[in-house]
Amino acid sequence: MATISVEGKDVEVDEEGYLVTLDDWFPAVASVMAEIDEVEMGDDHWDIINFLREYYEEYQIAPAVRVLTKAVAKKLGKEKGNSKYLYELFPYGPGKQACKFAGLPKPTGCV
Amino acid sequence: MSENIKKFMFVNTKAPYGTVYALESLEVVLISAAFDQSVSLVFCDDGVFQIANNQNTEASGMKNFSPAYKALGDYDINKIYVETESLEERGLTLDNIMALTYEDEDDDWAEKSSIIPVTRAELADLMDEQDVVISS
Repeated sequence: MATISVEGKDVEVDEEGYLVTLDDWFPAVASVMAEIDEVEMGDDHWDIINFLREYYEEYQIAPAVRVLTKAVAKKLGKEKGNSKYLYELFPYGPGKQACKFAGLPKPTGCV
Repeated sequence: MSENIKKFMFVNTKAPYGTVYALESLEVVLISAAFDQSVSLVFCDDGVFQIANNQNTEASGMKNFSPAYKALGDYDINKIYVETESLEERGLTLDNIMALTYEDEDDDWAEKSSIIPVTRAELADLMDEQDVVISS
């Protein structure tokens, strides 16, 4: 099993880079994953990551990108709840990549 | 693409834990929602327990995935049929069922209930109208 090194700790990830154990997550995990994917994290990225963690806490699923977009629009406003904005933040797909940084499983309904 | 929309009905008949049927069916439902089809769900027989209130899975060691049903509205799945005879036979009423809702785009996003109680006879007619019925 692959691991990534976060602040001296080895954290287990699967072959696609998602956390194996959801409870292993802490903010620095997202930062290290972002470095690996060459994404420079800013406040806007954290907004989405925190949003996803809250969504998972409430619904126990990682939302499909279409659902994420709609939910972000409702919570953070239309200028953030559109796929262009979200793809700019997470070029490998806001569903897949943001969920990965947030420590969630691969979104249900992402095909 | 509208001419290709088919009516899919997913019929859930088994208790939520102990087997993987309920969780697997829910995942298929969420995936199918990505394809812009008309999707409805049925809970009957022991399946009504899948959307019962206040589930606690601690003793079973299984993850309580019931909060995920509340996300169905976000996935534009808002026809959730619950068979009334099945409730009665198990000493349940609609008060024991989770308040699943959706926001109606055509009515200024008003929050509405997705739960539709139906009798066994009505359910048979509904099944007859479907293009695809998948039961688990």
